[in-house]
Amino acid sequence: MKFLAHFGKYMLMLKGMLSKPENPKLYWKEFMHQCSEIGIGSLGIVSIISVFMGAVSTLQTAYQISNPLISKVIIAQIVRDTVILEFSPTLVCIVLAGVVGSKIASELGNMRVSEQIDALEIMGINSKTYLILPKILAAITTIPLLVILSMVLGIVGGRLTGTLAGIISAETFDSGLMENFVPYNVTFALMKAYTFSFIISSVPAYYGYHVKGGSLEIGRNSTTSVVVSCITILLADYVLAAILL
Amino acid sequence: MIEFKNIKKSFGEKMVLNGVSHVMESGKANLIIGTSGSGKTVLQKCLVGLFEPDEGEIIYDGVSFTEMSEEDRKLLRQQIGMLFQGSALFDSMNVEENIRFPLDMFTKDNLTVKTKRVNEVLERVNLTGSNKKFPSEISGGMKKRVGIARAIVLNPKFLFCDEPNSGLDPQTSMLIDKLIYDITREFNMTTIINTHDMNSVMEIGDNILYMKEGRKEWTGSSKDIIFSDNQSLNQFIFASEFLQDAKQMRMMEAKR
Repeated sequence: MKFLAHFGKYMLMLKGMLSKPENPKLYWKEFMHQCSEIGIGSLGIVSIISVFMGAVSTLQTAYQISNPLISKVIIAQIVRDTVILEFSPTLVCIVLAGVVGSKIASELGNMRVSEQIDALEIMGINSKTYLILPKILAAITTIPLLVILSMVLGIVGGRLTGTLAGIISAETFDSGLMENFVPYNVTFALMKAYTFSFIISSVPAYYGYHVKGGSLEIGRNSTTSVVVSCITILLADYVLAAILL
Repeated sequence: MIEFKNIKKSFGEKMVLNGVSHVMESGKANLIIGTSGSGKTVLQKCLVGLFEPDEGEIIYDGVSFTEMSEEDRKLLRQQIGMLFQGSALFDSMNVEENIRFPLDMFTKDNLTVKTKRVNEVLERVNLTGSNKKFPSEISGGMKKRVGIARAIVLNPKFLFCDEPNSGLDPQTSMLIDKLIYDITREFNMTTIINTHDMNSVMEIGDNILYMKEGRKEWTGSSKDIIFSDNQSLNQFIFASEFLQDAKQMRMMEAKR
């Protein structure tokens, strides 16, 4: 019952934010601000985890393929496919659920508690449209781009580690990357990225927007929003894989 | 003018407003007073539409707010200014951007015109030159004044103030009261002030609604309070011995 109540309120929030903007210029400005906050703000963490993700997957794949009869190009293929199919869209989005999600939830929660949302409503501004819609649109715009960047950096990280550690030569790695490449995998990864970016932005927005109480509740709702986002991402990951692969 | 009739509001089993009716007059400082939990804030939130009353009617200048569509309410709200208890300034914006925000949202004026208007209201609240300061860099009293400036920047017809003196020293409180009172008279606004502050009640209370347990207990002006025999009101207003003595002195002065 509690789940249904939350789900109903979440759907009403989504419906409520779909109204005509009072001044499209200000909404555009807010959208660009959010693109910078979510996209550029997460660039560092996404780059670091992507490079290490690729590096570790190269080392671990090489460790598991100890049979000399198996060609080393397999290492590059495994790194490429795991990075594209799972690591970049899912792992990066789970990290972003923590980084971006908690920021969205605490920002909106703080605005709710300090009556800034009420102030917007009193001015005749639809606070859902002004505060939530730009965040969701910015996440849908920038997070898939971050996922593409993560794919590239993950593979580059894997290649660098492979060559520097003397596991695989650069030529072998490159030829492995080109062999049996399925472009649909990238499409599938982007479908996941769009779905996850919607979850990462809308679920914390729901929890932040509906905070009741004080600073303690802001923290509590922020944590809950990250947990719920992560679980929803994993569920969506399973459903998308079952349907689309 | 704002008129409300038989406003009822419950939260679960608890009835917070139990049939409150009153008229808030334009060009006057209309005060809602009462002990904590008497329903003042809920009443004010019902009046501005942040809460929907369960029963009753709210009328703004002869037009029923209760029956208005959401779109019409949005239009009406552009004529409403509100000063919140904690000022509710946007943390990410400086003073100028905070005050300019309603102008940016609802007018098509260019930046020069808007900045001129911002400077006018800043001057009106005695904060000339504070344009570039952020809310975290100014005092509580200054925040209240910025809140007032933002509330009046669109020349509203209705001004709501929720506990404008909370957390302020007596001197600053008096300055804020005087400012609200002067603005009310100057622009002939309907100002509704929700307060606990007895200085405000006695200094600027043109039309006072005293609430008790969700009901209207007493109405009148600050002058009427001195001669009121309402026991509950007297206990609330003249709670200390010092205030009781002050009341006796005022009564004696009035009789002379």
